[in-house]
Amino acid sequence: MTDIATDILIVGAGGAGMYAAIAAARAGAERVLLADKSLVGRGGATIMAQMTVAAALGEECPDDWQAHLDDTLAAGRGLCDENLAALLCRAAPARIREMQEWRVGWARREDGRIAQVTAPGHSRPRCCYVDFLNTGPAVAATLRRQMGQIPAIKRVSNLAVTDLVVSDGEAAGAVALDIAAGEPVTIAAKAIIIAAGGLTRIYRRNSASANMGGDGYALALAAGAELVDMEFVQFFPIGHLAPRLVGMDPIMWDPFRYKLGGRLLDAAGREFLADYGSDETSGYTTPRDIATYAIEKEVAAGRGSPHGGVYLSFTHVPRSALEAAFGPVIERLARNGIDLGAAPVEVAPIAHYHMGGIAVDKRMASRVPGLFAAGEAAGGANGANRLSGNAIPEALVFGEQAGRAAAGYAASRKIPDWRSGAGTAAADQIRSLAAGRKGDIAAVELLDELREVMWRDVGPLRAADGLARGIAKLEDIRMALPQVAVPAGRQYNAALAEWFELRGSVLAAQAVAYAAATRTESRGAHQRDDFSDTDPAWARSQRIAMTSGGALVVEARK
Amino acid sequence: MTKHVARLRVRRGTADAPAHRYQEFAVPFEAGATVLDALIRIRAQQDASLAIRYSCINANVCKECLIAIDGEVGYACTTRLRHDAAMTLDPLPGKPVLRDLVTETRPPRERLK
Repeated sequence: MTDIATDILIVGAGGAGMYAAIAAARAGAERVLLADKSLVGRGGATIMAQMTVAAALGEECPDDWQAHLDDTLAAGRGLCDENLAALLCRAAPARIREMQEWRVGWARREDGRIAQVTAPGHSRPRCCYVDFLNTGPAVAATLRRQMGQIPAIKRVSNLAVTDLVVSDGEAAGAVALDIAAGEPVTIAAKAIIIAAGGLTRIYRRNSASANMGGDGYALALAAGAELVDMEFVQFFPIGHLAPRLVGMDPIMWDPFRYKLGGRLLDAAGREFLADYGSDETSGYTTPRDIATYAIEKEVAAGRGSPHGGVYLSFTHVPRSALEAAFGPVIERLARNGIDLGAAPVEVAPIAHYHMGGIAVDKRMASRVPGLFAAGEAAGGANGANRLSGNAIPEALVFGEQAGRAAAGYAASRKIPDWRSGAGTAAADQIRSLAAGRKGDIAAVELLDELREVMWRDVGPLRAADGLARGIAKLEDIRMALPQVAVPAGRQYNAALAEWFELRGSVLAAQAVAYAAATRTESRGAHQRDDFSDTDPAWARSQRIAMTSGGALVVEARK
Repeated sequence: MTKHVARLRVRRGTADAPAHRYQEFAVPFEAGATVLDALIRIRAQQDASLAIRYSCINANVCKECLIAIDGEVGYACTTRLRHDAAMTLDPLPGKPVLRDLVTETRPPRERLK
């Protein structure tokens, strides 16, 4: 078995993990291990980002970080952790300028300033981007390049952390599955940062990468950390639905609306957003939570499009304007049989981002000493609804803070000595599964079932009866884990990694469902048909922890 | 309406046990569906031991699903299925095979040993 010792272990190599590695090395950490289930800098959400990155740069008009904070808090519907939101908004401009120095290639205005567009919920043009729809790949490639110049950072692809090891109440390392070899690896670490992203992959309709099944949350829960705001899943309102589109992220209509407006129509060709209090006469202004609610209600009322969504139309936009705004993307659409000048497309809500996550203080420290979180994995900054464009700055800013804080924590500590037996059960579990296990059903099949349950019962519109049914079904899936079949085999046995994914996803799903069931009101991304009003008494976050018996407990805090 | 079927001949085998055989799978054909859609469906419904590398699913940004399709190197996530003839899938040529369609495409600096 491979045994590794490191100052800092980072779980997940998207934007937050890569920046955390850079920051930890910059703060003096001599050994940083950056592990990813997928390929470093290729999996996760960062690389999927199409366009907007919010930062109060003031390139288009005067701006300051407090104005960005005001917009973030308003979008969060009263639930943002103000310390975290302030950190995000205050530090974002420095990170975005630094990316420019690292040659990320932000789109420029004719006068050479960085171009910034107004995204819904922002009081002014504040969102920069890389053309065309290339923000995420450009950010990921830039961070990879920077890491390549830092010898202290050891990157490992296809290394899936399955269990954290806590010794005397302090984070002490992890056991991981080396996917390529199919063998366990132990990693003794002075500090750990979870940067494994969110949980949108636990929904049938999602814009996630394959590796965003909520395992970072499950690791944190099992290690003794708390989760916060788990009921708040952002359903991006206009995810692509039909005709079938490949080679592009399903949320790619957002940039089209930033640049060209576009009209959202019901089956009869009628604009309906005004019925929900959001008139778009001054452009694309409807916040995500309200647009999702409006579309779900239209479809439920029988006014939806043939595939169960609504129409998004650009047929009124001149072809020259389409070409000017999106150049080569128009050709990619044509290859999918889509001609925006001729016909509308069908769109519908799709799980896109998770506001909740691991509860951290403003140093990104969880309540378990030595365990930190960053990026989408950390909860609280975005409250009940995330403002467009805040995800990439969050990854960079929180990654920087977590990397620096973890390096400081590790500096005063020796490599922890695991108590005898620590990690043994986790390593044995990997070996035992690799030897094969007879069973009734494959993990990948149960994962599909879990996604269906979450979409139907814990989705964009919720009610007590559906939530109760979903909770019961999730408990059945969790109980079925020992009966899951795993084909024998070590080298790149995907079924092995999927068993662990299922174990993590079902915990993350339960956390969402329990928190959704106890919040008897509607707020932001959490909409209940049986409690349709926002209740001022509920202007507080809920936290979830795991008991020693493995049960999840929800508690509300002021 | 006649229901079409897409047939895929997939090269199987691991580094330890290289098999020089193809296994044929059939999935219902749907207009617009891709080779990766079919492989994901096969894994969920027929054979979870089949291995293919992918991360972003259909966005073509992770670039992990590069394989040989009917002898041509291409992305499984953007190559459309066909129903008029079986499609033959092989691992990316010139790279060591880990399992089935998964090859060792990690940069050497990103491996454990």
